[in-house]
Amino acid sequence: MAADARATASDAPPISVRGLVKRYGDVTAVAGVDLTVEAGDVYGYLGPNGAGKTTVLRMLLGLIRPTSGEVRVFGRDPQSDPVGALRGVAGFVEAPKFYPYMTGRKNLELLADLDGGDARSRIGEALDIVELTERAKHKVGGYSHGMRQRLGVAAALLRNPQLLLLDEPATGLDPAGMRDMRALVARLSQAGTTVLLSSHLLNEVEELCNRVAIVRTGTFVFEGRLDELRASMGGDWRLRTTDDVRALAVLAEAPGITNPRADGLEVRFDASEAAVEALSVRLVEAGLAIRALAPHAAALEDLFFSLTEGDANAGAVQGPGAAGDPEGASGDPESAAGNPESAAGDLENAAGDPAGPSATPGEDA
Amino acid sequence: MVGLRTVYAWEIRKLLRQKRTYIGVALAIGFPALFVIALSLQTGEPDDIAFGRYVRESGLAIPPVMLIFGSIWLFPLITSLVAGDIVAAEDHNGTLKTILTRSVGRGRVFTAKVLAALTYALFALFLMGIVALIGGVLMSGFHPLTTLSGTTVSSKKALLLLVVCFGIYFLPLIAVASIALLLSTLTHNSAGSVVGALAISILLQLVAILPGLESLQPYLLPNQFNAWQGLLRTPADWAPVIRAAWVCALYAAPCLAWAAWSFSRRDVTGG
Repeated sequence: MAADARATASDAPPISVRGLVKRYGDVTAVAGVDLTVEAGDVYGYLGPNGAGKTTVLRMLLGLIRPTSGEVRVFGRDPQSDPVGALRGVAGFVEAPKFYPYMTGRKNLELLADLDGGDARSRIGEALDIVELTERAKHKVGGYSHGMRQRLGVAAALLRNPQLLLLDEPATGLDPAGMRDMRALVARLSQAGTTVLLSSHLLNEVEELCNRVAIVRTGTFVFEGRLDELRASMGGDWRLRTTDDVRALAVLAEAPGITNPRADGLEVRFDASEAAVEALSVRLVEAGLAIRALAPHAAALEDLFFSLTEGDANAGAVQGPGAAGDPEGASGDPESAAGNPESAAGDLENAAGDPAGPSATPGEDA
Repeated sequence: MVGLRTVYAWEIRKLLRQKRTYIGVALAIGFPALFVIALSLQTGEPDDIAFGRYVRESGLAIPPVMLIFGSIWLFPLITSLVAGDIVAAEDHNGTLKTILTRSVGRGRVFTAKVLAALTYALFALFLMGIVALIGGVLMSGFHPLTTLSGTTVSSKKALLLLVVCFGIYFLPLIAVASIALLLSTLTHNSAGSVVGALAISILLQLVAILPGLESLQPYLLPNQFNAWQGLLRTPADWAPVIRAAWVCALYAAPCLAWAAWSFSRRDVTGG
């Protein structure tokens, strides 16, 4: 069975979605999404709550029927062949749910039996990985949100997945739990697992993902490599040295550096990555010690906001403070979906704006 | 794909871990137990219903009396208590998405649920019969039973006939379970489905006594709850049993087909 799944994986991409549309009555939850996730990708699916991320994941898992368009998981249609399409696939949408009247371990035993094969033999290891071994003998009804989230990851690991779908995996986790979750995703990715990770947390996606799709009210506004996205921003950099006055002078003469300006305790400027490399050498040659030279982190956030116009969720992606409180950030999940008309009105602006030519969902993944 | 037996076994285990399962079991034990206790504390007998006048002659008369009493609401209730919940509970717990993203198809999950709900109804029915029999034998002894035709059958043969009668009584319960399963699948609401299925079976009893509908009576569900009585006649009358079989199938099949169709196509959005 596993060999079969691997054979298929080499033929077809783990995820291939074309022209995917889902409507509920008058409300369009997903409006024509194209998405290709190649083997080995850690694919960040980024957007504010209510932007249709979960709906796409549900269609990938065969839980809901697309209104139109094509969904293929390892080349198979989750609607016509749900068991075949999900072979080697695991994950969860929204908060993972379990039978509250059974223990954590019993829940995993049930799911392992529904997986078949040798899934049962992985229960102990999966519980160890998510550090639930001690609590596995208690009923899930008494679990905290974070524990259920971790049990959801354990349940996914039972399937020994080649493709892992995670919907807002950090939700409900404390900072340490989030760190563990990210470390686990990174480890699974290194071991060859393809990951599709939906998130409204920019730093999470930046840390883990090589490719990213930014979605707003059911439509992609950017799809491509994360470094392409950074490049498309024109490169806003920050520099701290031992002598900012002399640094500004060096910047003024360096090629490829534009708009140098003092900004509090540091200097900001726009440049390409290559120009920055040359600049660092010039600075050292000028006898300046560099304390910090890095892309201005807020720039990606600014771009994210300009792409998604996520006013209702503005707090969600701003810095570590918001990251520590994902519950609060997701407190109003329907806000964006609840107002599709007005949001759609701004869509064209955002799509046409900073992403430029990259805004077209890329076929060449 | 995982086999039906595995999915079914887990449906049974889930039932065994839920409190509501034991409400029906308690009713199935308590109802005949209370009846026997009440009978032994007084002198009269319920002689206005079939077998009622024989309850002090033979303990074997108690189970058929229970079947007659139980058809009004007790067994429709016990049956729909689980059948009305078994799909809706997954919606309530948000667990449909959990089990439907493993290696098992929707059809198999639904079939396992139907079988588990029917297993429960059958178990509760025979549990009630065993308690009624034990109570009856303790009170009135294991004596030959007087049939509806006035003849007498040996206690051993009567016991065998009763087992078959309980099996026939299960037919309309399949129909009730199917209605409850349909409501459970369509409404995603457990309480509504249990009450709804019970209300439908009681409404059908009212329809059965409406004037002008007498000709319809043999084909309504409540009538099928009496089909087993044909076997406790001499000679045995199989006609009502055969009719019960196809009438109940006419109720059950469309309900189950509709429910299965809806379950296999629905968008799993909750949870």
